[in-house]
Amino acid sequence: MEPYISVKNVSHKYPNGVTAIKDINLDIHEGEVVAILGSNGSGKTTLVKHFNGLLKPTKGEITVGTMNTKKERISKLSSQVGYVFQNPNHQTFLPSVRQELAYGCKNLKMAEEDIETRVQKAIDLFQLKERLDDNPFDLNSSQRKEVAMASIMAVSPKVIVLDEPTTGQDHKGCKRVLELVRMFKREGHIVVLITHDMHLIGELNCRTVVMNQSEKIADDHASVVFSDKGIMEEAGLQPPQITQFANQITSFDETKTYLTVESIIEWMKANKEEDVKVGTGS
Amino acid sequence: MAAKAIEVNNLTFSYPDTDEPVLKDINFSINHGEILGIIGPTGAGKSTLAMCVNGLVPQVINGEMEGTVKVNGSKVSESSVAKMSEEVGFVFQEPENQLSQMTIEEEIAFGMGNLGVPRDEMLGRITHALDQVGLTGFEKRSPLALSGGQQQRLAIAAVLAMRPSIMIMDEPTSMLDPKGKNEVYDVLKNLKDYGMTGIIIDHEVERIAAYCDKVLVLHEGEVQMFAPSDEVFTNIRQLHELTLNAPQVTEFLASYNQTFGKDVKLSTTLEESVNNFESACK
Repeated sequence: MEPYISVKNVSHKYPNGVTAIKDINLDIHEGEVVAILGSNGSGKTTLVKHFNGLLKPTKGEITVGTMNTKKERISKLSSQVGYVFQNPNHQTFLPSVRQELAYGCKNLKMAEEDIETRVQKAIDLFQLKERLDDNPFDLNSSQRKEVAMASIMAVSPKVIVLDEPTTGQDHKGCKRVLELVRMFKREGHIVVLITHDMHLIGELNCRTVVMNQSEKIADDHASVVFSDKGIMEEAGLQPPQITQFANQITSFDETKTYLTVESIIEWMKANKEEDVKVGTGS
Repeated sequence: MAAKAIEVNNLTFSYPDTDEPVLKDINFSINHGEILGIIGPTGAGKSTLAMCVNGLVPQVINGEMEGTVKVNGSKVSESSVAKMSEEVGFVFQEPENQLSQMTIEEEIAFGMGNLGVPRDEMLGRITHALDQVGLTGFEKRSPLALSGGQQQRLAIAAVLAMRPSIMIMDEPTSMLDPKGKNEVYDVLKNLKDYGMTGIIIDHEVERIAAYCDKVLVLHEGEVQMFAPSDEVFTNIRQLHELTLNAPQVTEFLASYNQTFGKDVKLSTTLEESVNNFESACK
């Protein structure tokens, strides 16, 4: 299958001479959820800003769908790649949730009827019916973020980019983000996450790209990346606490990397014998 | 008996034009040298409570306040915010918003200048503060050339140089990558060695459990739990009722005990949880 996003030998050098990403190769396919990890300043955001044409490669090429990002207008690219910013205040500015939801579609000059159908779908999926007349600024940060996501979803881009979706969110907010990512996937979107949140990646159990000092240093399943001590150390990362815990338990299967509390419990339930051995206390 | 570092009695606070108080009959106290973590869902009143301790609420951010807040035995309401800033330092979420000077040295001198600290004394304090946060040798650099973690440590150094006896940090690590988060928490841990008292607001329960002596759980303006960290984070049922979570290792041990009818002693830190689980399995 042809990849939907294809990044080929891409480098980006800012006008000030700083090379923010170097020789990146990356293919993203339909139906994928991809997390991009790395310390502040490692090039994550620069890379992703190439997907919707906000930045153009100074070397190499990127194809999104059938479009070469160098040749396509941003408006056309952004109808296929929606970007949800870290701070929802940077993208919500209209006086009601209803107007906010329609904004992206209007911007892309879609037909009124079409907009109505799309906004209605977003309202249903995000359960925003009760909040349509609220001012987004009267909502708490977690709700405001949801409105920002819903208005991107109304545009129905193939790719949804979430920049640090769990930053500053409480436990409930983080769980909601997890649900929303799964919902995006179910609805047929490709999801690209820029995140520091190791728990979130653990729960999503998804493909994980690690950036370090402008280069891609790993690209594999989260369980493989998280168990690669060299990569993790190089990128200044630590796997979720539960993974660190499981790695130190002698009776656990050494060949497996556990990413969540539930996955260990499930594994123990399925391995009754092991459970007896592990469980016989003093 | 010596006065408590912070003593809050029957504190109730309402913002103007709101029906319900944001803080309801809050009571707690902490001793000198203790580190308190404040956790709770978004909108619980955590930041408002922290700002009552340095008098920003209600002196700058107005509203109706009942009850008393005492710092080192003196009522905050009887002191000006400027005077309080000598005793209580405050570090906010976004480091960039707190930095205003051309060099790191000047950044640290800025707060001291406002307090009228003599020049000779300033130089000594700058050296000491940079040492406390691990930024020695950075004096002449621009604050904007630092990483997020370094910027936040600089913001902390600027507060430390004012020699407050209490340091409050409101979600100081939410914008930072994992390495930056660890850097800030390591500074927090060191506060004790300088005889300081600390308050930190954060959603990062694993770090709170590892670094704080006591934890206060706020929910809809009320104190729901206030106890040593271990006691709060092993009370999984109540945390879940409040839509909060415990560290992953604690969640795992509790889930394991419940699923398999075991009685492994709960712990809130990685190392102790590994030990408890391993010894129960022998």
